[in-house]
Amino acid sequence: MKQDIILAGVGGQGILTIAFMLDSAALARGYRIKQAEVHGMAQRGGAVYSHLRFADSEILSDLIPAGQADMILSVEPLEVQRYLPYLHRNAVVVSSVHPFKNIPDYPEEKAVLDALLELPRAVLVDARQIATAHKMPRAENMAMLGAALPFLPFELADFDPFIRAQFERKGEAVVQSNMAVLAQGFRTGMAVKERLDAGMPADVAFRETHPNP
Amino acid sequence: MQKRELLLGDEAVALAALDAGISGAYSYPGTPATEILEYVQSRAADYGVKASWSANEKVAYEGALGMSYCGKRALVSMKHVGLNVAADPFVNSGVTGVGGGLVLCVADDPGMHSSQDEQDSRYLAHFALIPCLEPRNQQEAYDMTREAFELSERFATPVMVRIVTRLAHSRADVVTSARREQNALKLPEDVSGYILLPSNARVQYDKLVKKYPLLEEVAAASPHNQISLEGDRRVGILCNSIAYNYIREAFGGTIPHPFVKVGMYPMPKAMIRRLVEAVDEVVVVEEGYPFLEEALRGITGAGKPVHGMLDGRLPRTGELTPAIVAKAFGIVSEIPFVPTLEKLPGRPPALCPGCPHADSFRAVKLASGDGPKVPIFSDIGCYTLSFYPPYNAVDSCVDMGASISMAIGAAHAGLHPVMCSIGDSTFGHSGMTGLLTAAYEKLPMTVFILDNGTVAMTGTQDTLLTGEALVKAVIGLGVEPEHVRVLSPLPKNLEENARIIREELEYKGLSVIIPRRICVQYKR
Repeated sequence: MKQDIILAGVGGQGILTIAFMLDSAALARGYRIKQAEVHGMAQRGGAVYSHLRFADSEILSDLIPAGQADMILSVEPLEVQRYLPYLHRNAVVVSSVHPFKNIPDYPEEKAVLDALLELPRAVLVDARQIATAHKMPRAENMAMLGAALPFLPFELADFDPFIRAQFERKGEAVVQSNMAVLAQGFRTGMAVKERLDAGMPADVAFRETHPNP
Repeated sequence: MQKRELLLGDEAVALAALDAGISGAYSYPGTPATEILEYVQSRAADYGVKASWSANEKVAYEGALGMSYCGKRALVSMKHVGLNVAADPFVNSGVTGVGGGLVLCVADDPGMHSSQDEQDSRYLAHFALIPCLEPRNQQEAYDMTREAFELSERFATPVMVRIVTRLAHSRADVVTSARREQNALKLPEDVSGYILLPSNARVQYDKLVKKYPLLEEVAAASPHNQISLEGDRRVGILCNSIAYNYIREAFGGTIPHPFVKVGMYPMPKAMIRRLVEAVDEVVVVEEGYPFLEEALRGITGAGKPVHGMLDGRLPRTGELTPAIVAKAFGIVSEIPFVPTLEKLPGRPPALCPGCPHADSFRAVKLASGDGPKVPIFSDIGCYTLSFYPPYNAVDSCVDMGASISMAIGAAHAGLHPVMCSIGDSTFGHSGMTGLLTAAYEKLPMTVFILDNGTVAMTGTQDTLLTGEALVKAVIGLGVEPEHVRVLSPLPKNLEENARIIREELEYKGLSVIIPRRICVQYKR
């Protein structure tokens, strides 16, 4: 078993929180882990990524070799583009559809999403809708983590203790809301996965799972 | 008692130092080394150690040396360019030798993720004639740091642990081992070694030079330096630690050629000679500068073809990646997907929404009017991001503190007005001496000290000089109080701030303008 995942997004979107959750779950399950992240300057609103690798044997490189990643998990749709060369042929792309526009030359939104939906295994999720439905506008990252879980060797409940550890100081309600966002992300991801596994094109799977865009 | 923990490379170094029984840890924030001291701070109460930020890396290094003088173990950590600042005590601590174990962890930044150069600290260890350990993963970062303390006390020498960004900022599971007690306070029996008057220094330097062959013997026998003569001898590989990971990754785990992996310096010369004798040609792969490669080639050559950075087999600049290393051995992976968008815009870092620096530079821009652009000598911190539009407020950024000192040169050259900008922490680090010089000479300059109350770029660590203490320091250095102007950089004060700045720009003397507002990241 090995999983090579590129986590992507924009500084401030909580990419490293997703990394912390996945690292902790992998450690609890006894996997070996390597997770390279970006600190310093890039965290000021720049493109942020993390290479996350876990396996049941020794992992050598901290960076994922190009052409070998199993997944890109992105909280921002444009950011996926930067990391496509890391993917292997059967890899999955799990991305939020909501753009983060802090640059003047952000491309047309529809072109960004269309490019993603051309990928054979694209799981697009309206993470903003899920997060705001639970009054947790900053929890898009948790919705995206949930959406990725159907493709990973974890159970939803694996994350309860780490969500608690991360958000406990903000009160029980915040802990519960984060868990609910994660669970709804999981259900959406699962719904898309079932359709892709049945041979449905990614764009149809997205429309069927997001009836009210 | 063994425990398995998930640690950044930085944290593995820090925890190892704590477990090795340090009594103090010293540092100045700098990516990618910041998390070392932060981790020590997070466990300081439990371990009973002193762990606080120093004003700069030189002060940090000297603090560690003082702790070692008293017989106790100390860790000092910094980014690669920080060691330039600390180079004086660093080099001379090789000459004095140490009492309690003294370990310097220096984090290099190949690829310049958050730095102004990608200098390789292995050269500095060699320059100072001290041993250097180079871990290849987080487990080795822990194990080697513990070993470094033993080595330091055994040979009465500082020991460098050299890590790079990819290790510093990558997390992995690490098995830790039992804590060692701290050393008791014990002063040196003979202090003359620490008194580097020429007569003593000559004796000490002679000792240092004689110590080096002993360190070479230790490195030659160290398990961190590995040789294998198995496999296809048409090619041999010489590599350092992180490169070794990428090479194994490229070959699917097992290297099918003879190789030498260097993880401890002084470099194992006999081992490298054996490799070269056994193979037809050598490929050298290193994260950093071509340190091993240059030594191997020497002036007269290795006697065999050598490939590496110096003949273009590998890139001379930037960070290694698994793909770059694989390509050096002719291994190319299939890349099924490439970006499909016609134009993929970059996303550089930017000042945060609501950042006080943004309001400061808007006011500077307004005050400067539409006339010819006046250069602003800037410095290292978040405000360097005001280089980007719409601010365009950075015309130089070289090293910590260079803003004020370069402005001095510009004033001498006849430029007027002369503007420079520096953050509160950078001012405390290396700006005060420049301002003292400018004040003594009464130079016509306008110095902006952007006081956001924290070391923001590296993640809001404590700043040592902020608020009223900063104002007093500026006046104490000789700036006339009526030309020390504190502003509140808020959108509503834009016009008023611009007016004050304009007044000071017109003044033909030294003024210091301090826009003061807490960092928006700090408030969170």
